[in-house]
Amino acid sequence: MPTPPLLALHGVCKRYGVVEVLKDIELEIHAGQVVALLGDNGAGKSTLVKVISGVAPADKGVVEWEGRAVHIKRPHDARDLGIATVYQDLALCGNLDVVGNLFLGREIRRFGFLDEMEMERLTRSLLERLTRNLPDLRAPVVSLSGGQRQTVAIARSLLANPRVLLLDEPTAALGFKQTTEVLDLIDRLRDRGLGVLLISHNMGDVKALADRAAVLRLGRNNGFFDVNTASQEQIISSITGATENVPRPPAPHESAW
Amino acid sequence: MRKMTDNTRTELATPDAETGRPHPGRAVSRVVEGWVAAFRRKLSAGELGWLPVVLVLAAVWIIFQSLNENFLSPRNLSNLSVDIVGTGLIAVGIVFVLLLGELDLSVGSISGLAAAVFAVLNVNSGVPEWLALIVGVLAGTVAGTVQGYSFAKTRVPAFVVTLAGLLTWNGIMLAILGTSGTINLDENGLVAKLTSYYFTNDAVAYGLAAVGASVVFLVSYQDRRRRQAVGMPHRSLRAIGVRTGAVAVIAFAVAYLLNRFQGLPLALLIFLVTVAGLDIVLRHTHYGRQVYALGGSVEASRRASLSVTWVRTAVLAVSGTMAAIGGLFLASRITSVSQSSGSGVLLLNAIAAAVIGGTSLFGGRGTTWSAVLGMLVIQSIASGMAITDTPTAVQSVITGGVLFAAVVIDSLSRRSQEAHGRA
Ligand SMILES: Nc1ncnc2c1ncn2[C@@H]1O[C@H](COP(=O)(O)OP(=O)(O)OP(=O)(O)O)[C@@H](O)[C@H]1O
Ligand SMILES: [Mg+2]
Repeated sequence: MPTPPLLALHGVCKRYGVVEVLKDIELEIHAGQVVALLGDNGAGKSTLVKVISGVAPADKGVVEWEGRAVHIKRPHDARDLGIATVYQDLALCGNLDVVGNLFLGREIRRFGFLDEMEMERLTRSLLERLTRNLPDLRAPVVSLSGGQRQTVAIARSLLANPRVLLLDEPTAALGFKQTTEVLDLIDRLRDRGLGVLLISHNMGDVKALADRAAVLRLGRNNGFFDVNTASQEQIISSITGATENVPRPPAPHESAW
Repeated sequence: MRKMTDNTRTELATPDAETGRPHPGRAVSRVVEGWVAAFRRKLSAGELGWLPVVLVLAAVWIIFQSLNENFLSPRNLSNLSVDIVGTGLIAVGIVFVLLLGELDLSVGSISGLAAAVFAVLNVNSGVPEWLALIVGVLAGTVAGTVQGYSFAKTRVPAFVVTLAGLLTWNGIMLAILGTSGTINLDENGLVAKLTSYYFTNDAVAYGLAAVGASVVFLVSYQDRRRRQAVGMPHRSLRAIGVRTGAVAVIAFAVAYLLNRFQGLPLALLIFLVTVAGLDIVLRHTHYGRQVYALGGSVEASRRASLSVTWVRTAVLAVSGTMAAIGGLFLASRITSVSQSSGSGVLLLNAIAAAVIGGTSLFGGRGTTWSAVLGMLVIQSIASGMAITDTPTAVQSVITGGVLFAAVVIDSLSRRSQEAHGRA
């Protein structure tokens, strides 16, 4: 394809102390595509999300935005590029209310003061698109249920009209209906040309929604799949390590210590 | 499972029963019902806010009034309202630091340092009062900024950094005072006037009470109109009326009392204006929102691209500045500065006031008004003890008990909130 991907990673490495959590990661996110990022617990999926969002910048490797090398050193850099993230731990401030969390770091001001009314109005209209059961917009987020909090985090990621959306298990705490609504939303966002990176342990959702899948295993790439043609068994065996699609990954104990 | 809806507001906004006829009694009871509902919700969510401290204050007043009928006399209350100001201003700065979930132990030393700088410049070196005053306050700002930056950069907990500060600033203060011991301030000077000036004209206190109530009304009314215009939930007119009425009753009662003694004290006016102003800064500006966010979760704030270093530095700068201003008011009250300025229980009282007033030790919850309420409790106990000739040892024990109760409430409400979230 002539058009470069929205976001591409080449040879990205990340270590925490002596532990090499990510090694030589390759990944591409194209506009209008949903890429599923798969892997067992501890494979490094959330770490990769933090690398891209600037929370835990890469030690080595190249990040390209529309074909041009960029440096993502802090969350601000990612935000300026148009990358929005729903973190696995949601990263909400429990003491702030829903409106405060949604607009944290980009408050709307009027005569220099926070424009609570306008922010509340936008929050309401955004949340109404996501859920029928609106939480109390003025209650501290700590008093919301896990699913409501997840909805708040998703709403926040959409606020700035991002071009790339990183979703780290966005439906983990959601009920059946709410999950369907979020998956529908992701589908619509893809149609609007967003690039989406979706982390999920639910193969059904991945099959239904994703265009491509990238598998991580022990911090390395372990295969790329076209979700429409690859069989579920193929993908799962790649996740569990029954098939090794990459130059021999290190034995578990080597990488862990 | 609890259903979370924005019902208090919407409820208040629904039009009155189809009669359309105003019915003041029912109107008020409706609003009160709304408040009760909101209160229940807060109770179960573990946010009691200012209620416990108001109950404690009422209890303290009732007890001392029954022990000595001069306790609630205009004279005693007026003195009380001036006595809370020095430590209260320091406590306002402490509120900022507590909102981050940190502690500032240096405020006592900084208040002494500022007073010493002022006294030495003005009395010993003949620098004009206004200039010495500004330099004194700036000394506090600088000290706070240095501490804040060290705290933000080294990530050593603020209480350790400010413990080092406590010793350092105290040493500098002693060095500045040198051998001069006690420096007496000009009895008729600007700084002395800070706590000795009263607006003897009755109209001032009443006028300001009226202004305060009108501002509350206008702001609420304006907010209601904007919300109404775009079809958002909004307060009903009668909710605004009751709210304004409550503020007006309190404001005019205070004005009446003060006017029966010497009028509105300048110190009290400055204190209340400062508290109200900083409350607006905290709750209605971008900066204040960042302070609360950091108190809620540093990591979440960082991910939302907030500048953690800057906010932390600025918060300790505010607390240093407020400590300096408070120190000047304390010096003004006794029109002298000595080596013991800013020492003793001052630091502990300032922290206790903020916590008793309802600001959480765990960060992220509280307002500057808690400094006023907390100081009222502490100073009422002190004043009541003095008036009833109780030994100061008892006073410490009682204040300690109130502080302990406040911390327990804080910790319980935090736990209940968390438990609630997991439901
Ligand atoms: N801050 C950290 N310091 C040290 N090690 C870390 C840190 N964060 C993650 N790790 C390690 O990195 C590895 C990958 O963690 P990561 O959270 O990325 O996994 P994951 O694929 O998201 O797993 P899950 O499916 O459980 O969410 C784990 O072995 C973990 O222990
Ligand atoms: Mg993860």
